[in-house]
Amino acid sequence: MFVNLGWQGMGQGWTQGSQLKGARGRHMQDRERKTGGFVLEVTQLPLAEALKVEGEADPQRTVECELEGVGLAHVSVLFQIRGSRARALPDRALVNCQYSSATFSTGERKRRPHGDRKSCEMGLQLRQTFEAAILTQLHPRSQIDIYVQVLQADGGTYAACVNAATLAVLDAGIPMRDFVCACSAGFVDGTALADLSHVEEAAGGPQLALALLPASGQIALLEMDARLHEDHLERVLEAAAQAARDVHTLLDRVVRQHVRE
Amino acid sequence: MAMEMRLPVARKPLSERLGRDTKKHLVVPGDTITTDTGFMRGHGTYMGEEKLIASVAGSVERVNKLICVKALKTRYIGEVGDIVVGRITEVQQKRWKVETNSRLDSVLLLSSMNLPGGELRRRSAEDELAMRGFLQEGDLISAEVQAVFSDGAVSLHTRSLKYGKLGQGVLVQVSPSLVKRQKTHFHDLPCGASVILGNNGFIWIYPTPEHKEEEAGGFIANLEPVSLADREVISRLRNCIISLVTQRMMLYDTSILYCYEASLPHQVLSPGPLPSSLICELLCCLFRDNMHISPILSQHPSV
Repeated sequence: MFVNLGWQGMGQGWTQGSQLKGARGRHMQDRERKTGGFVLEVTQLPLAEALKVEGEADPQRTVECELEGVGLAHVSVLFQIRGSRARALPDRALVNCQYSSATFSTGERKRRPHGDRKSCEMGLQLRQTFEAAILTQLHPRSQIDIYVQVLQADGGTYAACVNAATLAVLDAGIPMRDFVCACSAGFVDGTALADLSHVEEAAGGPQLALALLPASGQIALLEMDARLHEDHLERVLEAAAQAARDVHTLLDRVVRQHVRE
Repeated sequence: MAMEMRLPVARKPLSERLGRDTKKHLVVPGDTITTDTGFMRGHGTYMGEEKLIASVAGSVERVNKLICVKALKTRYIGEVGDIVVGRITEVQQKRWKVETNSRLDSVLLLSSMNLPGGELRRRSAEDELAMRGFLQEGDLISAEVQAVFSDGAVSLHTRSLKYGKLGQGVLVQVSPSLVKRQKTHFHDLPCGASVILGNNGFIWIYPTPEHKEEEAGGFIANLEPVSLADREVISRLRNCIISLVTQRMMLYDTSILYCYEASLPHQVLSPGPLPSSLICELLCCLFRDNMHISPILSQHPSV
């Protein structure tokens, strides 16, 4: 169960009054840290207890992220792979993403084998996202490895992974088209919600994950399972997009601060 | 019993202390640099919808009509004439593959290597078979960049007697953007050690040889035991370099020397670097008093 770290209620109803055009938005608290070597760690710390789906007062989770450069640590652009030349593409870089989840990340401690389906699928989604965003033509015959590890999962793991990996790729100096900001969104009882928590995801409503390149508004990846009526798609998409843009403002600010130093 | 405890303290940005001017144009990926189409685009930018957009996070540099964005921290990008320190990773048919902290392994062709004794002759099949006798996997060499291939791989040569295999010493790996481009990268410091500042971020500190062995051509590794005094000097230099790196200072011979002199009153605490608050004091003092060159993060085009 998630620890209740206290929450700040907005004190208003959850339909009107929120700044996101009728969508209930919540910000994630991400602490994105990079350790020495190649592993990127992503943490999500919920500020509020798991919400009931009907929605009480609207807790705000603030987003925080830090960039800690640790010497030579980088999401590395590897050299030509020795011995596996078959995989090296002659004109562009290969992007390889691996996702893993720590055993202590969910409510019950569960050991997850490395090659299991969810990790592979997540890795594939990350790869598609970043192949669209990184300018791979500039690095022929190389491989870019992105390793992501989730330390605490409270819904929106894909989004947190994408945001963390964006920061890491940026810190490594790999040229990218733009930031990639992601957020999840869902549809419950006639309202579009952004940034679902684990309980809301488990409730079983339709949910989609959106990765966006904010400056141009292009979508890098949009994924949804479960069925959603097409009338509602607009609103849900808009909620996710707005939340992703908010994340972008935050990442932008953090990176500028870091570059200034 | 008295104990010394060092507690972590949030690092204050040094730029405030030193009053650096922050007039550089900083960009992040996705930022529009300019909509003027008259500029040529350099590294770190790409054209999108008739606008010049940055693709890395860093500072914009403009030379006449060329605009490029210099990233904060990248792998080493080779340029002809750079001195690099590298480690042999592979011995292939007619060349060695050298790791130089760049995107692709650098190559050192057999024909670009000085033969022992400095003789000039055509490399024969026997030389190919004897390659491992010259340089093995794991050896450190200093070399100069001869050419850069189209995909970014760098071709090295050791065609002068000052390059070649490195003997006893200490290697420090830093980010390439912190090594200042200078006329010479081989420095004999007055404190008793010598240092090679590789442009790729590999810094080699070694005891100054008493007499220069010009004929050896850099192949004979000097395996005489190094005295304790020399070892202390080398450790202190290494700690100074690491402290400068944590404070994001440019590395060149005078900066290392001043840091060394400022650290003399303190004991050598190995293996970690000197505590950062101490370094802030040291560096603020010495840069305000001794030098009028303000340490800046980005490299200016070399004079």
